[in-house]
Amino acid sequence: MKEIVVISGKGGTGKTSITASFAFLGGADVIVADCDVDAADMHLLLQPDFARGEDFYSGELAKIHPDNCTQCGKCAEVCRFEAISVIDGMHTVDPLSCEGCGYCARICPTNAIENLSMNVGKWYISSIKTGSLMVHARLGIGADNSGKLVAKVKNEAKRLAEETNKDYIIVDGSPGIGCPVVSSLSGASFVVLVTEPSVSGLHDLKRVYELVKKFNLKAGCIINKSDINEKVTQEIEAFLREENILHIVNLPYDEQFTKAMTNGQTIIESDTNGLKQMIVDSWSKIKLTIN
Amino acid sequence: MKIAIASGKGGTGKTTLSVNLSAYLAEDEEIVLSDLDVEEPNSGLFINARMVHEEEKYKMVPEWKEDQCTLCGICQEVCNFHAVIQLGEMIMVFPELCHGCYACSELCPTDALPMIPKKMGMLKHLQNDKLSFIESRLDVGEEQAVPLIKQSQDYIDEHFTDDILRIYDSPPGTSCPVIEATKDADFVILVTEPTPFGLHDLKIAVETMKELKKPFGVVVNRHGIGNDGVLRYCEDKDIPVLAKIPNDRKIAELYSEGKLIYNEVPEVKQELDKIIAYLRTLKQGGVQ
Ligand code: SF4
Ligand code: SF4
Ligand code: SF4
Ligand code: SF4
Repeated sequence: MKEIVVISGKGGTGKTSITASFAFLGGADVIVADCDVDAADMHLLLQPDFARGEDFYSGELAKIHPDNCTQCGKCAEVCRFEAISVIDGMHTVDPLSCEGCGYCARICPTNAIENLSMNVGKWYISSIKTGSLMVHARLGIGADNSGKLVAKVKNEAKRLAEETNKDYIIVDGSPGIGCPVVSSLSGASFVVLVTEPSVSGLHDLKRVYELVKKFNLKAGCIINKSDINEKVTQEIEAFLREENILHIVNLPYDEQFTKAMTNGQTIIESDTNGLKQMIVDSWSKIKLTIN
Repeated sequence: MKIAIASGKGGTGKTTLSVNLSAYLAEDEEIVLSDLDVEEPNSGLFINARMVHEEEKYKMVPEWKEDQCTLCGICQEVCNFHAVIQLGEMIMVFPELCHGCYACSELCPTDALPMIPKKMGMLKHLQNDKLSFIESRLDVGEEQAVPLIKQSQDYIDEHFTDDILRIYDSPPGTSCPVIEATKDADFVILVTEPTPFGLHDLKIAVETMKELKKPFGVVVNRHGIGNDGVLRYCEDKDIPVLAKIPNDRKIAELYSEGKLIYNEVPEVKQELDKIIAYLRTLKQGGVQ
């Protein structure tokens, strides 16, 4: 079983459309994992049925029980996150600032502080229109995206792939360079970097590739909207050669991406002018490289 | 006044709007633009300015002093983030997991875990005439954006008076970094694209702003693509649409070169004028 993780540093490069297209091409051989839990969009293209859902708990939140509190102020003294303040004469926790470190509860002389488990979101296993399964999630608002929900989605996808003897897992990875993307990348057989030829695209590509390199992962790159700026496209191509990154394909700027998405379709289902073939070839190229 | 520019996901034109709005405003008044998307700071690519100041940013993490340690195991027990672990006769600290809560350090009976600074990123302060630009950049491998976002805001509070308009280019998404970047803002501009992805992410961003009890408005980017779902949603929910920036290949090309757009594409300037007019009434207390 091979795990292909698609990332882009930043959003807006067509990452999700491309990932969903690969999932569509892979059909029943592919378990899909949407690890972009902060802005999960893949369900809009693959139409999952949300058949099974489960709450996800991670981390804690302090809560002061006023009946036991003597207002001694010790908790506010130790809290490094300015999460405890006195409101109307009562020591109170601001849930948005609390990091859930548990320090206050440990030192409260009257045990007035309880650590509540935090419901940070929900994850699902769904049937999708490709004839396969998809694991996806929805992070709660303001929740700590510590990468744990991402790890959960990935592990479930892995378990499903093993149980059902699938050849591939395709992961729509998280943005950024922090915990969520680290969780997305762990265990990857191959990383597909989706970028676009803009100064910021190149900048993000280099930054996220540092991370890929840190994990010693094999990678390939798709340059989307490559005709928007030929000069930067050449710079990206030079960077790929330098770093020994497989150059998968250059895709043109094409409003078909948006049109397909507006209809809730992947490029494979809707294209009429050549994009489809380029994505079909890219998928073959990726399969050839990792097998 | 503090204005945060945010979006449910990246790539919707948040940075484009932040830099163009700031540069345009800075033609007449002092502006502070801060890139709080510390994982992927991009605003700086569009701004020509001279460096005023640069500093390393640190977070506090514990350091194990072997000779003072009695291997009592308290530190491991109190760390909620599994950042200190006892392995045989050793205490190991994982700085990238540490949230800097000081619990292990202060509860260690023998002071064997003093807190020491560890570099997590860089802060740069640049200046171009009336525009001040503050960028913070998280080191690759550091996993937590929030402490650096907080320190950037502290830097701005220390160096600029309250009457100067501040524009925060916020991180994308709806999790902790966004909350940290927007929680002090007086008004939030949510940037979105008029597509099903855009609408879906906008709805989540709107829920987040309601949760934070922030006043907010929407700017539609790449107006003309997709469908009218976003506009209908805003109308339904009584959300002000401050501007509609047209979809234009020229804009994508200028963006790709790292150039400002408002002087090249007149429609963009007109739309920025609408946003500025809205912000002005807001400042005078005209809009609730
Ligand atoms: S430490 Fe405990 S008793 Fe003291 S103010 Fe805090 S909650 Fe109340
Ligand atoms: S759990 Fe930690 S962050 Fe939360 S209130 Fe207590 S000391 Fe502060
Ligand atoms: S709490 Fe202090 S003394 Fe106890 S194991 Fe940890 S470092 Fe050693
Ligand atoms: S300071 Fe807090 S988070 Fe860091 S290692 Fe110590 S207990 Fe864990």
